[in-house]
Amino acid sequence: MDNQTKIHIKNLNLHIGKQQILKDINVQIPKNKITVILGPSGCGKTTLLKSLNRLTDIYPDIKVEGSIEIDGQDILKVKKRDVTDIRKKMGLLSQRPYPLPMSIYKNITYGLKISGRRRKRFLNKRVEHYLKQASLWDEVKDRLKDPASALSIGQQQRLCLARGLAVDPEIILADEPTSALDPVSSQAIEEKFVELKERYTIVMVTHVLRQARRIADHVVFMYLGEVVEQGSAEEVFGNPKEERTKAYLRGAFN
Amino acid sequence: MKRFFKINRKIRNTFHKRWMLLSLIVVIAMPIVLGVGLYLKSAMLLEQTSLIKLLFSKEWKPMQGLFGLWPFIVSSLWVTILALLIAGPICLLAAIYMTQYTKKYFLRMMHPVIDILAGIPSVVYGVWGVIFVVPLVSNHLAPFFNTQSSGYSILTGAIVLAVMIIPFILNILIEVFRNIPDQLTEASLSLGATHWETVKHVLVRKAFPGIVSAFGLGISRAFGETIAVLMVVGNVTQIPKGIFQPGYPLPALIANNYGEMLSIPLYDSALMLSALVLFVVVLLFNFASRMAIIKLERHT
Ligand SMILES: Nc1ncnc2c1ncn2[C@@H]1O[C@H](COP(=O)(O)OP(=O)(O)OP(=O)(O)O)[C@@H](O)[C@H]1O
Ligand SMILES: [Mg+2]
Repeated sequence: MDNQTKIHIKNLNLHIGKQQILKDINVQIPKNKITVILGPSGCGKTTLLKSLNRLTDIYPDIKVEGSIEIDGQDILKVKKRDVTDIRKKMGLLSQRPYPLPMSIYKNITYGLKISGRRRKRFLNKRVEHYLKQASLWDEVKDRLKDPASALSIGQQQRLCLARGLAVDPEIILADEPTSALDPVSSQAIEEKFVELKERYTIVMVTHVLRQARRIADHVVFMYLGEVVEQGSAEEVFGNPKEERTKAYLRGAFN
Repeated sequence: MKRFFKINRKIRNTFHKRWMLLSLIVVIAMPIVLGVGLYLKSAMLLEQTSLIKLLFSKEWKPMQGLFGLWPFIVSSLWVTILALLIAGPICLLAAIYMTQYTKKYFLRMMHPVIDILAGIPSVVYGVWGVIFVVPLVSNHLAPFFNTQSSGYSILTGAIVLAVMIIPFILNILIEVFRNIPDQLTEASLSLGATHWETVKHVLVRKAFPGIVSAFGLGISRAFGETIAVLMVVGNVTQIPKGIFQPGYPLPALIANNYGEMLSIPLYDSALMLSALVLFVVVLLFNFASRMAIIKLERHT
């Protein structure tokens, strides 16, 4: 495996109960790039994203087979008690923001405290640093003690980004991170991603084709639980090989 | 013919509307009528003795015209609080376990079981209390704590009550925890928390308003429960000095005595007053727990 690949998914099959949701997925996700996962609703994009950091573990009905190598280590073989280390390597942004039921400040320090960092001075610095990274600091610096739920949806999403960055991940997993946001907030997140890919590997699910065209370096197109086509953005958008990809890019599935 | 049907439908419509309105009025008016009725009945006693004195006096001597309700109020409080202390943690842990750690079909299987438990008549719980819990308390629990007990005690009443309110509270808590979106759990896990840390720091906090209201509703349920408690609590008019002593909660007082010694002047008035106290407390608790939800939900 070359060192340009951050995540290598091999023969991944996933069942929920008796239903097969992901079928023989093989995907390579390049380092320090934005990889966009495209596909019509219900094709398994969210499920694929969740299996990348073993969130599938908490659903007793889900069964996963195959391997997912991150930096060469198969995370599906990692023991249950070490899963938290895997998860800390990845920050997660979900479709809608889910702030933890606590203050803005504590949302950021939550992950740090869990890993045993408790010194007040250190925490204060981190909070400021990551809120600045997520371009939220100026809006909230005077009300860090307020409940996070008091923020607007767009601010909450940036808070979730800051919270995810605060555990110092290597990968950002984002599931339609802008779908609940207004155009201005969406653009802010997009710009942030382009800036962040210098230091992180970003995997983003999106429905918005235009957004994908704007920021994708690498594209994975899924259809009914299968990966139909993948490659660099120029290849997939400029010269798609599969019929289904062409149809999707024409907007036939929407 | 068509025309006729049309008119008919119109009439039926207004007719049904009237009925619905009437039912609504009955439902809303019932507690008011009840409260006012109880108040009017207890007014005779209240004219003679002040409410404060009636509530906080220890002297219950109907023959001498002394109607202090304090022993009954204290007994009720003891039994209720103790029942919640037993049932609360059990329900919380069970609800967390069932919603967080088991497969979906397990919960689907448990739901009818819980409903059946909730539907058992309280007299059955009472009999069970007499047969099992009374001996358990007198032969095992009391000696274990180096005291003596006939078995008919505050603790026995509380245990029986706890078992009775468990399905009730559990049902609400399961609903509360099920309504927390999975994505919140996922968010916490993705930050490196374990499942248990997530439960402790995030889910319980998110569920807090719901937990408060479930407990509050459990309390108001327990406070008014009559027959099962009456059968095991001993019914001795005294201020219990410990949980192994018998007590005499308000509902038991009313149920045991109403219609019996009504020749004693003001006796029925005193019983009506205890009913009023019961009614107000239960109403307040219901109201407070619902307010708690609204208040707390705004803060988290
Ligand atoms: N917890 C679950 N239990 C049962 N089926 C599920 C569960 N989660 C997802 N599925 C099923 O798995 C399939 C893929 O769902 P997934 O959420 O991954 O799709 P998606 O591509 O993210 O769709 P969307 O674009 O609408 O978000 C769907 O058919 C869905 O019904
Ligand atoms: Mg999805």
